Amino acid sequence: MNKLPLLGDEAIAQGAIDAGITGIYAYPGTPSTEITEYILKSKEAKEGKVVASWTSNEKTAMEATMGVSYIGKRGMTCMKHVGLNVAADAFINSAITGANGGLMVVAADDPSMHSSQNEQDSRFFGNFAMIPILEPSNQQEAYDMVHYGYDLSEKFEIPVMMRITTRLAHSRAGVIRKEGRKQNELSLPKTASQFILLPANARRRYKALLGSQDAYVEASEKSSFNEYFDTEDKSLGIIACGIAHNYLIENYPDHKVPFPVLKIGQYPLPRKLMEKMYSECNEILVLEEGYPLVEESLRGYMNNGKPIHGRLDGALPRDGELNPTLVGKALGLSFYEGREPSSNVVGRPPSLCKGCPHIYSYNALNEALEKYAKGRVFSDIGCYTLGALEPFDAINTCVDMGASITMAKGAADTGLVPAVAVIGDSTFTHSGMTGLLDAVISKSPITVMILDNETTAMTGGQASNAWGKIEDICEGLGVEKEHIHVMNPIQKYHDDNMGIIQDELTYMGVSVIIPRRECLQTIASRIRSEKYIVKTATE
Amino acid sequence: MKKDIILAGVGGQGILSIAAIIGTAAMGAGLYLKQAEVHGMSQRGGEVHSNLRLSDKPVASDLIPKGYADMIIAVEPMEALRYVSMLGEEGWLITNSTPYVNIPNYPEHDDILKDIKLLPQHVIIDADNMAKDLGNKRAANMVILGAALPFLGMDVQLFHDAISSIFGRKGEDIVKLNTDALRAGYEFAVNANK
Repeated sequence: MNKLPLLGDEAIAQGAIDAGITGIYAYPGTPSTEITEYILKSKEAKEGKVVASWTSNEKTAMEATMGVSYIGKRGMTCMKHVGLNVAADAFINSAITGANGGLMVVAADDPSMHSSQNEQDSRFFGNFAMIPILEPSNQQEAYDMVHYGYDLSEKFEIPVMMRITTRLAHSRAGVIRKEGRKQNELSLPKTASQFILLPANARRRYKALLGSQDAYVEASEKSSFNEYFDTEDKSLGIIACGIAHNYLIENYPDHKVPFPVLKIGQYPLPRKLMEKMYSECNEILVLEEGYPLVEESLRGYMNNGKPIHGRLDGALPRDGELNPTLVGKALGLSFYEGREPSSNVVGRPPSLCKGCPHIYSYNALNEALEKYAKGRVFSDIGCYTLGALEPFDAINTCVDMGASITMAKGAADTGLVPAVAVIGDSTFTHSGMTGLLDAVISKSPITVMILDNETTAMTGGQASNAWGKIEDICEGLGVEKEHIHVMNPIQKYHDDNMGIIQDELTYMGVSVIIPRRECLQTIASRIRSEKYIVKTATE
Repeated sequence: MKKDIILAGVGGQGILSIAAIIGTAAMGAGLYLKQAEVHGMSQRGGEVHSNLRLSDKPVASDLIPKGYADMIIAVEPMEALRYVSMLGEEGWLITNSTPYVNIPNYPEHDDILKDIKLLPQHVIIDADNMAKDLGNKRAANMVILGAALPFLGMDVQLFHDAISSIFGRKGEDIVKLNTDALRAGYEFAVNANK
């Protein structure tokens, strides 16, 4: 059988195409970005007229996907873990409306924070919404679980979450495809009130959701993704969730674990299988990527049962991603742990590219702010967050998408004047616009710099919804025209740019400055693909 | 047969192309494969590495256990040294000799090479200059891959096939450049270990 070498993300994308989705909506976010990118580039998806599109943010993506489900077709939305916070309102309520066409939400967590500001565990969100969750341990399962997830979603008429972590998202392995299936025909919900969450309907729908919980548990009991491997030696029982199962079996020759293992790939947890392990084994070890969700539920509040080992008792670290070495130590195994690291190695943090437009924006801003006390630049999520590092040392905050403008507003309203917000073009249309409206309404004395590199750069250059619209948006929100400036962030205009910023810092209302120059990476990749097009055209 | 390989370098130096070629060659040989990459913010001029695992049996973990790697292939010498604790006792370290200095506190080049030479099995190769002599500095990563081939235990032809299939759409010149680079690296490593 022909195997495709796919990243975990790509396996999910190919799975979605083959499982007959009609629409996918997403906002880029590491490590989830490659799912939507793959479908955008897929010839098969194009031939099948699958609608794939980047949205302004994760909430609009989630809602658009609910629209796909409403008309009876299969929809997918994907996001990084913190993106689910943005989509949470729609996400939680989608469990109350339920699904019509199959609906899957992929949440890609980033334990160890390789490219994120926290390491929250999306399984808690799935539990919070009370919907089934799938957690693949490898690329093949990621592919297979998409088919299975849509079956589950359509059978129970409920959205299904798939939770992955960075390691699976960005690791490649051979995947065998299934036969593709057709997309659904248009068919509106059978019950007209299903999607109208007026309190009277919502109470009824919520009771129905509560009533379905036992059926979800039963589905988990029967699921082939929850497997119990029994052995004679009951001195220890091991529960291994998702990718942690790989790290477990890696530690034993031929992957044969000498203790009973319950491999978890579907939630809510399979109660009977958990009870079997708890009653038959003397001690339990829980291996899970992220927060100790299974471990906590096993221990209970009083923690007065059998010894349970995991992230809470120190058998494994409380934070960070797992690996075979950490799991091996938790199993009490001893092995060669490698040489001492060399003392001739220093850190090499990421940095802005040589010639990056952000460099010149920060140089101008830093000089304009020289006469003020430090600590007044509120920034945001993007490549420009690297402005926090030397040699720029230019920004003082980075919290969540859009927080630059709103934090600057709060600080300025209550006494820090001038206050500056630094935000990227894509982040601005993601979550900055509403905050800018707040600032206009209260005439907050802030200077907002929208660094426009005409792309969503940090995640690899996806189209930015802000493209060509920023001045109009700002004017439409009520920023005065004479306080909106566009500049070219380049060395030769440094003095002019610095002068404009300096002037606007003294204005006691909202000003917007837009340094605009295309990202060097997107220019380079455009030139590469143009060369390729010219070449193939002449061949 | 199993080969666990750490690929190391700086964002933009082309370690993912090395990974793609080894991966394609491995699939051509019918081996199981897992390859964990780094994407996102760390790509911007920062340290990047990839875990590449090949085996004739199914591979479990996407990550190589510490002290278990058979080989480090590095396009930058300090980045090679960063992962020595991952290397098995008998592991090979194959590295470019040319440093990529984009930080103010880069250690002394000689100190780095001295530490690399402490390893029982290593190849240090001036891949940038060898690639330049062949016509393009950008093929340095293929020189380094070539230098690793004598110790990989796989049919060299598989790698030539992989280069043709991956660079084929970019034209014959690019395929030839990369194939020449691969061969030059291979010969260097064989001669250096005679």
